[in-house]
Amino acid sequence: MREVAVVATASRQVPVLTGTTEVQLMVPLIESARAAVGLTQEDIGFTCSGSSDFLAGQAFSFVHTLDAVGAVPPISESHVEMDGAFALYEAWVKLQIGEVDTALVYSYGKSSPGSLRDVLALQLDPYYLAPLWPPADAVAALQARLLLESGAASPEELAGIAVRSQHHAAANPNAVRSSTDVTVGDVLAEAPVADPLRPSDLAAEADGGCAVVLAAGDRASDLCERPAWIRGIDHRIDAHALGVRDLTRAPSAALAASRAGAGGDRLDLVELHSPTTSQEAILVREIGLDDTTVVNPSGGALAGCTLMAAGLMRIAEAADRITGGTADRALAHATSGPCLQQNLVCVLEGA
Amino acid sequence: MSAEPDGGAGEVRLPPSLEGVERVQSVRTPIRLEYDYRPSAAAESYLRAYEDRRIIGHRSPVDGAVFIPPRGVDPRHGTATTDEVELPDTGHVGNFCVTHLPIPGRKDLELPYVSAWIHLDGAAVGFLGLVRGCATDEVRIGMRVRAVWKPDDELGATAENILHWEPTGEPDVPVEWAGNRAFLRGQAGLEDGADDEATDA
Amino acid sequence: MADAPLRADLILEYPFSRTTGPVIGAFLTGLREGVLLGIRRADGTVMVPPAEYEPDTGESLSELVEVGPAGEVVSWTWVDSPRPQSPWDRPHGLALVRLDGADTPMLHGVLVDSPDELATGMRVEVVWSDEREGHIADIAGFVPKEPS
Repeated sequence: MREVAVVATASRQVPVLTGTTEVQLMVPLIESARAAVGLTQEDIGFTCSGSSDFLAGQAFSFVHTLDAVGAVPPISESHVEMDGAFALYEAWVKLQIGEVDTALVYSYGKSSPGSLRDVLALQLDPYYLAPLWPPADAVAALQARLLLESGAASPEELAGIAVRSQHHAAANPNAVRSSTDVTVGDVLAEAPVADPLRPSDLAAEADGGCAVVLAAGDRASDLCERPAWIRGIDHRIDAHALGVRDLTRAPSAALAASRAGAGGDRLDLVELHSPTTSQEAILVREIGLDDTTVVNPSGGALAGCTLMAAGLMRIAEAADRITGGTADRALAHATSGPCLQQNLVCVLEGA
Repeated sequence: MSAEPDGGAGEVRLPPSLEGVERVQSVRTPIRLEYDYRPSAAAESYLRAYEDRRIIGHRSPVDGAVFIPPRGVDPRHGTATTDEVELPDTGHVGNFCVTHLPIPGRKDLELPYVSAWIHLDGAAVGFLGLVRGCATDEVRIGMRVRAVWKPDDELGATAENILHWEPTGEPDVPVEWAGNRAFLRGQAGLEDGADDEATDA
Repeated sequence: MADAPLRADLILEYPFSRTTGPVIGAFLTGLREGVLLGIRRADGTVMVPPAEYEPDTGESLSELVEVGPAGEVVSWTWVDSPRPQSPWDRPHGLALVRLDGADTPMLHGVLVDSPDELATGMRVEVVWSDEREGHIADIAGFVPKEPS
């Protein structure tokens, strides 16, 4: 295996992005990530992005966003209709093949002009579920109730996850929901929006984007004083039909974490892409975390969830803490599909 | 592709209570998505200018190329653009297509119609417009055109203010300097394709 | 006076008509005729709604069996604001319902007036729509089943 590292990141997230296109959102982020390690687009061997045409309301909208990269003369690039974390996986594979030494990965989501709830309903089975247009938070609530009634988590634990996220998010300029003084009692006093889930149990919707530069081997060491080495990355998927899954579990997350080597050593921190507190509780169990690991120092996706970029932002948050020297070993997670159907785990190390 | 009920999975049998009924083979699953679309600052400025019969482009800080419509970025370099340039409402046909098929929702379009890539004088790229005012078989690459605007009292913040483009009767831009090559010619230090003299080249 | 910011409606419509294939088609045929169908899996259990394949292995499945029309709520939530294109125009329950004779639950609405009327384990029965065409909304929803 080739050693591949995250050497630079740039992220921006706001509740609602106005007066700015997705292209204009990404221009400064891509420029900032490249410039942080002294690269121009000509130095980038492969570019891969993640986005959703349903958010943009425009077919093949990613082609437009290449305007933000500087794609002339023609560059080598690819796109996934998935979170940018999965674009990063594709870039990592490309680096493993050895054809290139550097890669640019970016993703973005501007869901505010449309209806995120309707778009998320459309990811469901088109015969049996999508025609019922169940709101995503209601589908997640069915999972949360199963979790609570199985005894695997309590309402207080879920509220505690929400409180921890909001407290951590207070130090994150990209968080769209934070609080220094919210308490478990405050969260439990909220009226449910999708019983048993309360507003603080659900990720705060956001618009935003993220850009990451990857480099392999010596190139990474040349570009960055302390690269965040990707020591394991894997993604796995469970069955789509909700009824055939044990929704209190996420076997694909456990398997991805195992194959990424999560349990090999102590983890200083994890960044989890959990759209609800109940899903975070499931992930903590499936990945096998103990009390010594800091969960979501950025506040996680609960503090701000940009569809298509929330997972890549988790990798960026974890990598930043390694390159910044405040962590030695970290895990980042991304999910897609209803109720944690698909999961990606990336283990990063500073040395 | 239609499913044959007794095709590949012919062994799938309905229970006795449903024997003999006509099988469902397709299902309607229409979807509708609504967006509240807001222009970027660059597009807003561009659309507002139309209210005053003005056409706005953005100048690239890299090499001065003028892009229309302005999108706040030079797409070749991924560089932000903010420098607004007012462009004339004259230019030439960089490319065109004669269409004999109607567009749903555009009953006002007489067939055949000519859609063309209009290269404004001073712009590095073309943008889409209709050409009228001459026979369709007279439209050609390099033909000089000017905008035909809606009456003043019908002007709004929209590119629809330009009803179509009509021939000016000026000498053509030579084919070898028409379209995007007009900009490349300027880059090469030659005269602008907009210049009357250039049409003699 | 400052001009109001420019905006425009963008509406995308996709008038899909999907081919069902033999198994989903059979299930939807059943709905039209007022019969609920599941499919038997390799381990003998019954999956509802049915798929052409075994979710774990991809193996083909073909034995349809009648299930329901009553069942048990496995999990539930409450939808205060149904989406405009959903079959429901007022607040309703949403539940995973395991039909009698089935081993997996299916998702559908529960037609009650308040979340206070919902509980895990409660018995419910299907309510059919008046007009049925072979569509998941041929099921109007489930209602609590009175003990007989």
